[in-house]
Amino acid sequence: MSELYFTKKHEWVKVEGEHATIGISDYAQEQLGDIVFIELPDVDEDFERGDDFGVVESVKAASDIYMPISGKVVEINEELEDSPDLVNEDAMTNWMVKVEITNKEELADLLSEDQYKDFIEEE
Amino acid sequence: MKKYDSLIFELSNPDRRAFEIPKNDVEEVSLESFLPKESLRKEAPELPQVSQVDLMRHYTNLSNKNYGLDTGFYPLGSCTMKYNPKINEDMARLPSFTETHPMQDDALVQGNLELMDNLDQMLCEITGMDKMTLQPIAGSHGEMLGLMLMKAYHQDKGDTKRTKIIVPDSSHGTNPASAAMAGLDVVTIESKENGEIDLGELKDALGDDVAGLMLTNPNTLGLFEKQIQDIAKAVHEAGGLLYYDGANTNAIMGITRPGDMGFDIVHLNLHKTFTTPHGGGGPGSGPVGVKERLVPYLPVPFVEKKEAGYKLSYDSPKSVGKISNYYGNFGIYLRAYVYILSMGYNGLKRASEVAVLNANYLMYSLKDHYKLAVDRPCKHEFVLAGINTDIAEMPTVNIAKRLLDYGHHPPTVYFPLIVNEALMVEPTETESKEMLDDFIQAMKDIVEESKNDPELVKTAPHTTPVRKLDEVGAARNPIVRWKPEE
Repeated sequence: MSELYFTKKHEWVKVEGEHATIGISDYAQEQLGDIVFIELPDVDEDFERGDDFGVVESVKAASDIYMPISGKVVEINEELEDSPDLVNEDAMTNWMVKVEITNKEELADLLSEDQYKDFIEEE
Repeated sequence: MKKYDSLIFELSNPDRRAFEIPKNDVEEVSLESFLPKESLRKEAPELPQVSQVDLMRHYTNLSNKNYGLDTGFYPLGSCTMKYNPKINEDMARLPSFTETHPMQDDALVQGNLELMDNLDQMLCEITGMDKMTLQPIAGSHGEMLGLMLMKAYHQDKGDTKRTKIIVPDSSHGTNPASAAMAGLDVVTIESKENGEIDLGELKDALGDDVAGLMLTNPNTLGLFEKQIQDIAKAVHEAGGLLYYDGANTNAIMGITRPGDMGFDIVHLNLHKTFTTPHGGGGPGSGPVGVKERLVPYLPVPFVEKKEAGYKLSYDSPKSVGKISNYYGNFGIYLRAYVYILSMGYNGLKRASEVAVLNANYLMYSLKDHYKLAVDRPCKHEFVLAGINTDIAEMPTVNIAKRLLDYGHHPPTVYFPLIVNEALMVEPTETESKEMLDDFIQAMKDIVEESKNDPELVKTAPHTTPVRKLDEVGAARNPIVRWKPEE
């Protein structure tokens, strides 16, 4: 069973056991426009919640992407290096990093899918 | 416009020359006799070979495609693209300036040194600072120096844990970049919806590890930061310094001064506010001014007035050192000096007043057709949050491209990042009401077109030398060098 969460900075987090898969939301990719470059961290790098772990560059802007939860990177989606446009095609399946969660209590501070939908409607 | 898209390399013909070097009438010296062998190239460079008439036509044709302040309206927000008066060029071309060299002895360039000293004082008077350096050769260069000064100040006091710099999320992209270059950690704080600093957020971020705050005022949304004195007080109480990004100085000349607002360090963009050439790589000029307590750290050399005349002094043991070749872009800040002298105090004040008036005239004329990011009188620029979606839908990028067909340079788009579909407009004081009306009409026409003929707008531009460019392709697969066909 996996649980899906979102952040106000437009990342999504899918939690399965001790691991989380992280990407950016469909709303985020739409706002960014055509993505031309994605920079991801190295495997084994440790991050605190709120740290920037990478950069998404589109024809409009370069934006940092932030860690929704503290954790250690166990895998990155290398496919995005050559084909960053995959995120434009489907932001929810084309993930960016997988992390080992350090503190599961932090999940309580994230938004549910419905809360996130309400949040972007207000934006 | 006549179609012309050749590269100079494509015109090359080995039998042609634009200029023949006269026959050498002194003894030939072989290159090998004075250059090491590994420094000599084995093949001649493949320079293009063209006749003089082809050369002239090539560059004249290219220049005809150029668009600049001498061709039309250029309302690029945050860039202050104002007309550059030609008296600046006249004065910069005086032989007494063009025939001087930075290596000359101080005694032989007293006029140049006097100009530097006078300009320093004038810029101090305009910004409310105590001392300026003219060395930085760009705004971002000024920013970096400003942060180096901030660092030097804290370190000199033995305060080594101040490694953080606070920037609002509406700040210019160069701010976090300069901070990172200066070796400081960037802390971004969220602005309020109108782009103003959230004092609570700021106070939370302040502490004994914060070196300072970088700010523009008026801010990136073209609004005056009314709480600036509270902001300055909070930063100073926490032991930090305030840095003023001079990008928006065109709104405040002769009206208020960063020094009076509480800023400790200021940079100016002479290529924005003070009519030196802007765009196309400059060259720019970004003087930095500081309050008394930071003067010891300013770069060397600086001009000193002695009884015997002006002198370049290097005597400043705490200085951060030299930050540019010689004394910065002398030929550029000399133009700013001419501008300030031609305008005078009243003229500069009037320029800011008219810049603000022009921006408000545009903003309120467009408010039914476009969404205002903030509905409140602006300073020298304002931000639209895209088209009024009650009338029609059209992405900002297409509106910008369509403006090219109307003969206007588009405003800044998708900046600041805190406004959706942003269009950032800065008309400057040098535009007439007729030009502003023409632009307003074009902007309104594009809204009508978006409603009645959206394809026309989406496929724009239609009349430019090149049509809509493949921005994704250009970013992903840039071709940066011409290669001969195999």
